[in-house]
Amino acid sequence: MTICITSQGMEKTSRVDPRFGRCSYFCFYDTDADEYRFEKNSFAGGVGGVGVQTGEMMARQSVKVVLTGQVGPNAYRTLEAGGIEVYPNAEGTIEETVGAFLAGGYTKTEGPTGPARHA
Amino acid sequence: MVVAVASGKGGTGKTTVAVGLAYSLAREVQLLDCDVEEPNDHLFMNLEQKRSRPHSIPVPRIDNDACTACGKCSAFCEFNALALLKDRVLVFDNLCHGCGGCTLICPKKAIREEDRPTGSIVYGKSENIEHIYGDLNTGEAMSPPLIRAVKKEISSDKPVILDSPPGTTCPMVTAVKDADFCLLVTENTPFGLHDLEMAVEVLTDMQMPMGVVINRSDIGRSDVKNFCSGKNIPVLLEIPYSRVIAEHYAVGRSIVEAEPDYREVFRKMYSRIEELAAAGRKK
Repeated sequence: MTICITSQGMEKTSRVDPRFGRCSYFCFYDTDADEYRFEKNSFAGGVGGVGVQTGEMMARQSVKVVLTGQVGPNAYRTLEAGGIEVYPNAEGTIEETVGAFLAGGYTKTEGPTGPARHA
Repeated sequence: MVVAVASGKGGTGKTTVAVGLAYSLAREVQLLDCDVEEPNDHLFMNLEQKRSRPHSIPVPRIDNDACTACGKCSAFCEFNALALLKDRVLVFDNLCHGCGGCTLICPKKAIREEDRPTGSIVYGKSENIEHIYGDLNTGEAMSPPLIRAVKKEISSDKPVILDSPPGTTCPMVTAVKDADFCLLVTENTPFGLHDLEMAVEVLTDMQMPMGVVINRSDIGRSDVKNFCSGKNIPVLLEIPYSRVIAEHYAVGRSIVEAEPDYREVFRKMYSRIEELAAAGRKK
């Protein structure tokens, strides 16, 4: 299964980016292979609908779980339609966050956690 | 001629200048309030023959039986109002600008359009002024289509004064675009200067002739004038702070009611704007 964590940097020791659509980097963590892959977020500077774009990309990449700070209504609807579970309020480093998630330390959200921004 | 009145920072005096200028011209004028998120100009006019009509934008509705999930519509949409998830296209009404592109591009003709109300357009008259403004619904974030609808009313046979939304983002650019001249209203404060610099940058990109009005010009200290002379932007008017103007403003009365001498000041400024706009066109 692939988990996507929004990240402020390109390292396992980078901190989680609390922004979903406009995060600086994405970290894709493969739970089967225990491998981390980082990618710059090319949508971050977009005019609007960035959460939708990001969610669409994650669905294309077959992401199953998102660990992030907050998700707005447009992003949540996209992720939900893509069958992706969202675990908000993630903080700490990427590695810590993944560890805490795998240990059952995060709770899935059943809706958006904040308002849409930069519509 | 269309003269846009804009500002980087809000609350600098766009309304004061736009309404004052409109009342001062000794002829029929059109005053368009394109600050549709909070149209204020009408508060300073006793509008007669007031009427309004609703405004809506066409948003896509997908026929899921006809849709083959090819993804052409979501790839086309500049505003990410459509997303392809699994075998379904999601529509985000609040992101849609109503351009109709997806409907045209769909190879299966699986998209029809539905009107989504976003606000209304209000018409009225006061003395020499034909006033038209957009009134965006509360909570609505999509203002450019309504701004464009107000601008469709632009008259070609009289001067048009167009009050723009503050800031330097899409609503401001939509409002100011295609004007012959832009008047930037600012104040002598660090915020006033900072946001003026951003507005000048945007207008320079748009190759728009411009001039500056400094409101409450004797309050604050900053380098607005130095900035303007450095950029070769004329300061067309300075309005010193006046308690009389402020008191009139507070009860919805214009600057020219407060201090009638400003009528002549605004008329002179308008003549200069005509010259500057003509010079700008020649370039």
